[in-house]
Amino acid sequence: MNLDIELASLILSAFLFAVGTAGVLVRRNAIIVFMCVELMLNAVNLSLIVFSRSLGLEAQVLVFFVMAVAAAEAAVGLAIIIAIFRHYEGVDVDRFNLLRW
Amino acid sequence: MMEAFFFLLFATMAAGGAIMMIASRNPVSSLMYLVLAFFALSGVFVMLDAHFLAAVQVIVYAGAIMVLFLFVIMLLNLGHREDIDMRGHLARLVALVAGSGLFAAVAALVFRGEQATLAGEESRLAVEAMIRSRGAVGALAEPLFTSYLVPFELTALLLLVAIVGAVVLARRRAP
Repeated sequence: MNLDIELASLILSAFLFAVGTAGVLVRRNAIIVFMCVELMLNAVNLSLIVFSRSLGLEAQVLVFFVMAVAAAEAAVGLAIIIAIFRHYEGVDVDRFNLLRW
Repeated sequence: MMEAFFFLLFATMAAGGAIMMIASRNPVSSLMYLVLAFFALSGVFVMLDAHFLAAVQVIVYAGAIMVLFLFVIMLLNLGHREDIDMRGHLARLVALVAGSGLFAAVAALVFRGEQATLAGEESRLAVEAMIRSRGAVGALAEPLFTSYLVPFELTALLLLVAIVGAVVLARRRAP
C-alpha cells in the first residue's frame, strides 16, 4: 500500500475543518462552539505544516504564531463567556442578545 | 507500510475524536474527545517532520488551553448537564449539508491543486536539507529569530494584553 501522507493530511485537515463548522452550526453551548473554533484553527495548522514541507519553513513559523494567538484568544474568549454567564445564568448562544436593542 | 499504518491510526483518532466532540452530550466528555483529537494531531505533526510543533501542540493545546476550558466548564458547573444542547432537526440538516459541502469543496480543491502546490521539488529539497543540517527545531528557530523576530516579540505583548484583558473581563464588578 502506498499512501501519500501529505495528500491524506490535507484531506484530514479539510475534514476536521468541516466537522468544526458543523459543530459551530449545531451546538448551542457557547463553550462547545468555542472548542469547535479551536478545532478549525488546528485543521488550518495541519494544512500549513503540510505546505511547509514543499514551500519553505516559514509556514511553520506561521503555525507558531497561530498557536500563540489561539492561546490569547482562548483566554479572552473564556473570560467573556464567564462574564456573560454571570449576566444570563447560562451559556446558551441563542439567549445572548447583548448587541441587539 | 509502518508509516501508513501509524498515519491511518492517528488520522482515525483525530477524525473520530472531532466527530465525538460535536456529538457527545456532556461538555466534559466533549472536551476529552477534543484532547484526544489534539493528541492524535500531534502524532500527525511528527509524521510530517514538525517535531517542535508537535511538542507545542501537546503542551500548549492539549495541556494549557484545554485545561483552561475544563476549568471554565467546572467553574460554571456545566459538567453534569444531561439535557442535550443540540439544535433541532432543521439546523442539524443545515450543518450536515454545510459541513459535507465544505469538505467536498476543499477536497476537490486539494485534488485539483495537488500538482501545483506539492510539486515544488527544489524548495522541497531545500527544506529537507535544512532539517537534516539543523534538526527540526533549529530549522524552525532560524527564520523565527531572524526574519520574524519583531512579530515574535509582538507575540509577547499580545499575550500580556490577553492576560490583562481576561482578568479585567472576568473580574466581578464592584458594587
